[in-house]
Amino acid sequence: MSTHDLIVPAAAAAARPWRERLGTMVPILVLAPSIAASFIYVFVFTFWTLYISLSNSSLLPTYGFVGLDNYASLWANRRWNIAYTNLFLFSGFYIVGSMAVGLLLAIAIDQRVRGEAVWRTIFLYPLAVSFIVTGTVWSWLYNPVDGIQAFVRGLGWTDFSFALTANRNTAIYAVIITGIWQSSGFAMALFLAGLRSVDPDLVKAAQIDGASVFRTYRRVILPTIAPIFLAVAVIQIQFAIKTFDLVAALTRGGPGVSTTFPAIYVYDLMFQRGQIGEGAAAAMMMLAAVAVVLVPYSLWIVWRRRAEGRNG
Amino acid sequence: MAEVAPNARFDPEEAAATRRHFWSRFLVYAVLTLFAVVYLVPLLVVIFNSLREQSEIARNGLISVPRSFRFDAWAQAWGSYCVSGTCEGMKRNFFNSLAMTIPATIISTILGAMNGYILSKWRFRGSELIFNLMLLGVFMPGQISLMPWAFLLGKLGLTNSTYGLVLIHVVQGISFTTLFCRNFYVSIPDDLIKAARIDGAGFWRIFRKIILPLSPPILIVTVIWQFTGIWNEYLFGVVFTSGQQQPITAALVALTAGGTTARAYDVMSAAVLIGALPPLLIYLFGGKYFVRGLTQGAIK
Amino acid sequence: MSALMIRNLHKSYGSLEILAGINLEAKTGEFVALVGPSGCGKSTLLAMIAGLETVTSGEIWIGDRLVNSVRPKDRDIAMVFQSYALYPTMTVRQNITFGMESRGVPKAAQAEAVQRVAALLQIEQLLKRKPGQLSGGQRQRVAMGRALVRDPKLFLFDEPLSNLDAKLRVDMRTEIKKLHHRVGKTTVYVTHDQVEAMTLASRIAVMNQGSVQQFDTPKRIYDRPTNMFVAGFMGSPAMNFIPARLTGSTSISVRAADGSDASLALAAPMSAGAPKDVVLGIRPEHIYRFTTDLKSRKPAVASMQAPVELVEPTGAETLAVLRLGDLEITGRFEPDDAPVMGETITLGIDMSRACLFDPTTKALL
Ligand SMILES: Nc1ncnc2c1ncn2[C@@H]1O[C@H](COP(=O)(O)OP(=O)(O)OP(=O)(O)O)[C@@H](O)[C@H]1O
Ligand SMILES: [Mg+2]
Repeated sequence: MSTHDLIVPAAAAAARPWRERLGTMVPILVLAPSIAASFIYVFVFTFWTLYISLSNSSLLPTYGFVGLDNYASLWANRRWNIAYTNLFLFSGFYIVGSMAVGLLLAIAIDQRVRGEAVWRTIFLYPLAVSFIVTGTVWSWLYNPVDGIQAFVRGLGWTDFSFALTANRNTAIYAVIITGIWQSSGFAMALFLAGLRSVDPDLVKAAQIDGASVFRTYRRVILPTIAPIFLAVAVIQIQFAIKTFDLVAALTRGGPGVSTTFPAIYVYDLMFQRGQIGEGAAAAMMMLAAVAVVLVPYSLWIVWRRRAEGRNG
Repeated sequence: MAEVAPNARFDPEEAAATRRHFWSRFLVYAVLTLFAVVYLVPLLVVIFNSLREQSEIARNGLISVPRSFRFDAWAQAWGSYCVSGTCEGMKRNFFNSLAMTIPATIISTILGAMNGYILSKWRFRGSELIFNLMLLGVFMPGQISLMPWAFLLGKLGLTNSTYGLVLIHVVQGISFTTLFCRNFYVSIPDDLIKAARIDGAGFWRIFRKIILPLSPPILIVTVIWQFTGIWNEYLFGVVFTSGQQQPITAALVALTAGGTTARAYDVMSAAVLIGALPPLLIYLFGGKYFVRGLTQGAIK
Repeated sequence: MSALMIRNLHKSYGSLEILAGINLEAKTGEFVALVGPSGCGKSTLLAMIAGLETVTSGEIWIGDRLVNSVRPKDRDIAMVFQSYALYPTMTVRQNITFGMESRGVPKAAQAEAVQRVAALLQIEQLLKRKPGQLSGGQRQRVAMGRALVRDPKLFLFDEPLSNLDAKLRVDMRTEIKKLHHRVGKTTVYVTHDQVEAMTLASRIAVMNQGSVQQFDTPKRIYDRPTNMFVAGFMGSPAMNFIPARLTGSTSISVRAADGSDASLALAAPMSAGAPKDVVLGIRPEHIYRFTTDLKSRKPAVASMQAPVELVEPTGAETLAVLRLGDLEITGRFEPDDAPVMGETITLGIDMSRACLFDPTTKALL
């Protein structure tokens, strides 16, 4: 409910002293710079990039209209196709993986364990460090000469092999594992907060109904925190699509082009190869990927709000 | 020999229950310990290696118990390590990052709090629309704005400068801070604002005396989110700055990009820790409030 | 002179009409209660009086001033909210002085006013606490203190007692009544508890779906409700509505339990224009066990047979559910004289207290 209608009847407004009328404008005046910035950032920038993507820009933006040529040459490129496939592969495993690990940890911590704060801090700290730091450190650990493989072999298991990043077919999994390592703590924190918000009487009722712990979680607790699953998933997809840093620090897109991502590809086209038009087209395709996720999600939110409005 | 109490009865149910309890506890702690090891090993490896001698690392590998101890790597990483010709370590980049992160965090938080206050408590026709517009900014991939920013920063004379990055992060950050603050402020009862208006308080007084004192939980979230997000950001840093102007993330990538042979793991480890330290400290002190506030404000 | 005058007030949100032409008035010192079912627009009306919602059309006068576009702080009003709306980060003292501070009242005068109000409400020992450390009743007092300290022309209360438990609510009700006697301020009091309205108010406005159904003294609202909505809303258990036929200008017939028609004589003759079908409205306390003694005390009593379906003793009185045709009606009896379940008794209905309604317009005939 609004606490204040700024739209006053014209006659009444005219009768008011100007100071008072200025007073009612204060909120809009304060908001104005942010509105302008957001409008430019969201709409002007998007249409600008869209426009560049339809132009023949190379080293500098130019505005000769070439239609969808940039998109055609983008999709004709094998490296771009790998990048887009990688994006979906990564997003799927990364989201499911970090949610699964996060949920497991949240449920474990929820069992009234000792030293809860310590466990929570351990699982959450990776969230504080950058993908750059995480990627750098894990690139060392994956390094077959210095990292985990060398360590295990040093323990005596001499034909142990762990060299994900050295192999074109497995490098993407190194990126996925590192991503999960970084962000499952975040999922854990949100799930834990959700678990804590479940009415304890509900759990007691389920116990009295004879449900096992597993069944209580599956049928009673988890369904009530279903919205959190969705929220976590949407946030993770955000990370997944924008991920540039992680790959840049971990594999730099290699070996070969096996871990190229759209974000990397955009950067390469725009700033390494001077193909701004095609780079803009690739950026637009990233926006399309976000929209594919976001539009259904926001429709769902709107629908849920409507439904709540009807029931309440 | 243990004496059995005369009237202690053997209860098979009780023994089974104890056993069940033991195994379920065991399982919980086993899972937690396993993951804790996975989460802590990388951190410990970096800390140890930043204190070991490079020769020892080369001999024993990255993962091993430290047998030497010294701070030289830290000093080098901070002040004298050479990256592409200049031998100044990371300190300049560290201060660049601070000069970028602190103002951008403060400005975007203040704007977000004001916007959130207006969009939740001083609604007007079209305010929902404006909120949704700002919300869209949360979901924009940075790559979309690269070219426009390059053009704008050029026009404003802010290319290759920390101020340019501050501008970018403020504009980008408004969406997040407004979202957080608005979602938090809507849960403050409207009656409070009404009561204050009857008490004669206006727009600013209500904000200062009623909203702000209630805001610490969400301001902590906003500040932590913005600080870590901006400090850790890499794309804009590497695109719009170079050399001495780069923030620490970009410098880290440049520093660790050296060839695969004879890498100076000790210095790189120290550099990585220097780059990770500010957000880590913020988390250690504010993490508890962050999670609590995030679930109050952001996730609705 | 009236302290508050509302003329033909409308409020809409877009095309949604919330208030449809409200007329209301409160004389200086009067206690007006607004009652009505949830969502009927009581809080909206109060917020408009306070200046917290804009007026779509119509006029609001406080004293001799048209306040339609006067800001809340300049209307000389004070308001107590259902949620109390105490500022959670301020102490009780700061809560009470916040308004005076906003207005730039000198510190010494502030302290004096707080002292006076705290003594009046007996909250002196709470002044240093924060709202979170108070019980529900204490919060309620502080909220009233914050309003009282303003010394306004007009007090507005929006369901101030509905968050309290039953016993505390009765206590606070008494206190509000005493307080009103002592300070004598004009008050508009929203509630959906009709007992509160009956006990506190000098006049009650019964609202439904955005309009005032009846605005009158509690006694007249109770005895002569202008329509079936008011009749049904006020009183608990509610008034019985019995379909009946006019069989002459002074008698009606109703269907009894065995299917036969029972004829009841009216206390006063009906006008000629009245419809044939009517609804007889009779409150539970005007239904008695018929005796000749009753007939001599209340000559307007009409009698009929009814089986007793259910008996509900509440202590001070006993309620009995009686069958009448395919209808159930409630009667209220002295516990000593109460019917027992299964018994068929002869009812004495006091027709001088009965109301007749038009079943199509629902209006009192
Ligand atoms: N900002 C708004 N936009 C649209 N409809 C509104 C708005 N505010 C209130 N309403 C509607 O106006 C009607 C009256 O609301 P109001 O709060 O005045 O009811 P009320 O009589 O105080 O009810 P209650 O006894 O439950 O407090 C309700 O149907 C409500 O849904
Ligand atoms: Mg209300």
